Amino acid sequence: MIAHGVETDAQLVARCRAGDDDAWRELVERFSRYVYAIAVQAYRLSEADAEDVFQEVFARAYINLPKLRNDSAVRPWLAQMTRRLCLDTLRASAREQPEDLPEPVGADDTIAKLDEALYVHDALATLPDNCREILDRFFARDESYRNIGDALDIPPGTIASRISRCLVKLKTELEDEGRKPASVESGG
Amino acid sequence: MRHYDEETLADLLRTLPVPPQAWVKAAQEIPLARRGLDDIVERAREDQAFREALIADLETALESAGYETSPALTEAVRERLSF
Repeated sequence: MIAHGVETDAQLVARCRAGDDDAWRELVERFSRYVYAIAVQAYRLSEADAEDVFQEVFARAYINLPKLRNDSAVRPWLAQMTRRLCLDTLRASAREQPEDLPEPVGADDTIAKLDEALYVHDALATLPDNCREILDRFFARDESYRNIGDALDIPPGTIASRISRCLVKLKTELEDEGRKPASVESGG
Repeated sequence: MRHYDEETLADLLRTLPVPPQAWVKAAQEIPLARRGLDDIVERAREDQAFREALIADLETALESAGYETSPALTEAVRERLSF
């Protein structure tokens, strides 16, 4: 089971199933980067196609969530849906024999890396706010030291050392006993 | 359990970029759009002309009635109305 601060994927899905709109917003927030990354990194879709796939994945997820048999398997379920829709998009734009269009080379490896990245991102959510914010802004949002300094009201000259300290905290968090990679826990 | 060094962690954090905020917001508002679906279904059950228009050309009928269509919405209307 992957912990996201206080709530697991299964608990979140259960709340969505019960019609809790806040839970749905949280679920979208939790998996939006993952779905987006599959579309643009594993399948190299254009931004326009990626947007269509992104919206369709969550629309179908919302409709079909009651049919999900294992609430804790929501991540691989979303990944599979995203992959299928990406492939459909590529096939629709292929000029010749679209039905034979294979999976892009390296898609499996890219998605395996994204699974690991999501696991690390989950661990990030357990860090104190200041660490979570600074690592997310610097690495995922690609913000400059100056922007981060302005946003968090800290001297830009101290940001590099803070990032370094926060990475050590993240490493420690991941090494805590009992943690396992998400791909192992969810069965892939 | 895998042991991560700081460089690997940095690489993995970079691997999940943030999608455009407008995409996320639109996906978060799906429950609101879904309630629009409930309205469509209810109206189709009560308004024979609207139902016939939906059967004839689902997407055009929805757009004519002022709904913003999407593949997911049209599929859901089809499923709910069984046609």
